[in-house]
Amino acid sequence: MSQIRDPFALVPRSSFDVPGKAGGLLDVFRWHYLLRLLVRTGVTTRYRNSVLGWTWSYVRPAAQFLVFWVVLGLFLNLERGIPNYAVYLFSGIVVINLFSEAFKNATTSIVGNAPLVRKVYLPRQLFAVSAVIVAFVHFLPQVGLLLVVCLFLGWITSISILSVLAILAGATLVMLFALGLGLLFGAMNVRYRDAENIVELLLLLATWASPVLYSWVMVQDAITELGWPSWLLELYLLNPITQAVELFHFAFWYPVTQTTIPIPPALALNTLWTFLLTVAILLIGQAVFRRLEGRFAQDL
Amino acid sequence: MSSQIAAEMRPSIVVEDVHKTFTLNHAFSLKDTIVSWIRRRKLTSQFEALKGLDIVINEGESVAILGLNGSGKSTLLKLVSGVMQPDGGSVLTRGRVAGLIEVGAGFHPELSGRENVFLNAAILGMSRKEIEARYDEIVAFSEIEPFIDQEVKHYSSGMFMRLAFSVAIHVELDILLVDEILSVGDAPFREKCRTKFEELIAARKTLVVVSHDMDMVRELCARAIVLNKGDVIYDGNVEGAIAIVEG
Repeated sequence: MSQIRDPFALVPRSSFDVPGKAGGLLDVFRWHYLLRLLVRTGVTTRYRNSVLGWTWSYVRPAAQFLVFWVVLGLFLNLERGIPNYAVYLFSGIVVINLFSEAFKNATTSIVGNAPLVRKVYLPRQLFAVSAVIVAFVHFLPQVGLLLVVCLFLGWITSISILSVLAILAGATLVMLFALGLGLLFGAMNVRYRDAENIVELLLLLATWASPVLYSWVMVQDAITELGWPSWLLELYLLNPITQAVELFHFAFWYPVTQTTIPIPPALALNTLWTFLLTVAILLIGQAVFRRLEGRFAQDL
Repeated sequence: MSSQIAAEMRPSIVVEDVHKTFTLNHAFSLKDTIVSWIRRRKLTSQFEALKGLDIVINEGESVAILGLNGSGKSTLLKLVSGVMQPDGGSVLTRGRVAGLIEVGAGFHPELSGRENVFLNAAILGMSRKEIEARYDEIVAFSEIEPFIDQEVKHYSSGMFMRLAFSVAIHVELDILLVDEILSVGDAPFREKCRTKFEELIAARKTLVVVSHDMDMVRELCARAIVLNKGDVIYDGNVEGAIAIVEG
C-alpha cells in the first residue's frame, strides 16, 4: 500500500545510516562509557567467589618466579652469569605475563561474548580492547611487587626520568602488540577455534624467545660462535616483547645491579622501530577483524 | 493536507533488494573434509534466507512481520539492527535503532541488578547521562526495587526478564525492533508493556514487531508484512495478513 516508487523522494539517501557499519578502533572512543563498564566488570568479577581473591594475582607470578629462580638460577647456575638474577627474572616475567594474559584474553573475547555478539550490535573491538585493559589492571600489582623489591635494593637513588619512560614505553608496546595480535586471532577464532590453540603455542614460545630467563648477550655469543649472520641478532632484538623486556631490565634491573652485561645496542632507536612494527601489526589485525566482523553473528 | 501526507511518507527503514544466504557446513574438521572430498560429497550447501526483499517502513508506522518459522523474519530484524550484514542489496535506517531482541543477553549474573542496568543500557548504546536520568524509571517499571542490589543470579527468571525488558524499553530510540518477547512476565506486567508500546506509537516512533501472538499484533500494528521462504508475499492491513498466515 504505502510502497512509494522512490523511497528517497522526501528524505535524501545521505540522511540514512547503514546499520552495523563499524568505525574500527575509533568506535572505542565513541563508546568509552561502555568500555569503562566492561573493564570494571572484567576486573570485579574475576575473583568473585574465591576466598583469596586478588591474592591470586600475586600467588601465580610468585610461584612461577620461584620455579624459574630455583631451577634456572640455582640448579643451572644462570645466577653466576647474571648478577641479581631474581630481579632480572622478575622484571622479565611481569612483561611476559602482561603479554600472555592480554593476548589470550583478547583472542577469546569475541567467542566468550557470543550471546551478545549474536544478538546486539555493538563495536566488537571493544571486547578485545577491554580484555587488554583488564590484563593491564592485573599487571599493576605485579609491578608494585617488583617496585617494592627494587626500592629495598636502593632503586630510588638511581631512578631517572629515562627509566620511568622505559617502563611506560615497555608496557604500551606490549599492550599494543597484544591488541593487534588479539584482534587478528580473535577474529579468526570465531570461525576456526584452532586459533586459540595456536595462541597457546605462541605464548609457550614467547617466554623463551625473549631474554627473560637468560641474557641477550648469550644469544649474541651463540650467533657468533655458530657463524650465523649478525642480522639475526638485530631481528631477535626487534621482537616487540624482547624490546619491552629489555626496557624493563633497563628500568628495574640495571639501576640496582653491578654488571658487565651491556645494555643492548640502540635500545632507544629500537624502541621506535618496534613501535612502528607494533602499529603495523595493529593495523593488520584491525583490517582482518573488520573484514571478518560482518560474519561474526552467523558464524558463532 | 499535502504536507501531512508528506510527513507520513518519510521512510525510516528502507530495505532494498536484500539477499541473505547462509552457508551450511557439513564438514566440521579436516578429517571430515578429506572424507567428504574423497567420497565426492558436497562440503557445504547454501540456504537462501532472504531472496531480494524490498520493504519501506515509514516514520511512525508500526508494522508486524509475520510468517512461518524459517521464513526469514528474524534474519530481517538482525539485518536492520546491524548484527548481520546483507550479502546483496542494502539496508538503510534513519535515527537510533534499538532491538528488543532476546533481552538480557548482556546481563552478567555476578553483578547486582543496579550494575546490570548500567551495563546493559550502555550495551544498547546509551550514554552515562541518559542512563542516570532514566535509572529510577527503569527500576520502577521493572517492579523489583527491593532486590536491585542483589546479584542477578539469585533472581527468579521472571524478575530477570522484567528487569532486562525494562532496560531495553527505556533506551532512547527512533526505531524499535521487537522479536517475540511479548510473552514476558505475568498478565499485569504484559499489560504494562503493551501500554508502553502504545506510548511509543503515539510518540511516532517506528515499531517493527515479529510475533506469533496475533492478538498483540492486532492491537499494536496497523500494517503487516507476510514473509514466506524469504520473499514478501503480502503487504497490507493486519487482518488480511493474519488470514494468510492462519489460513
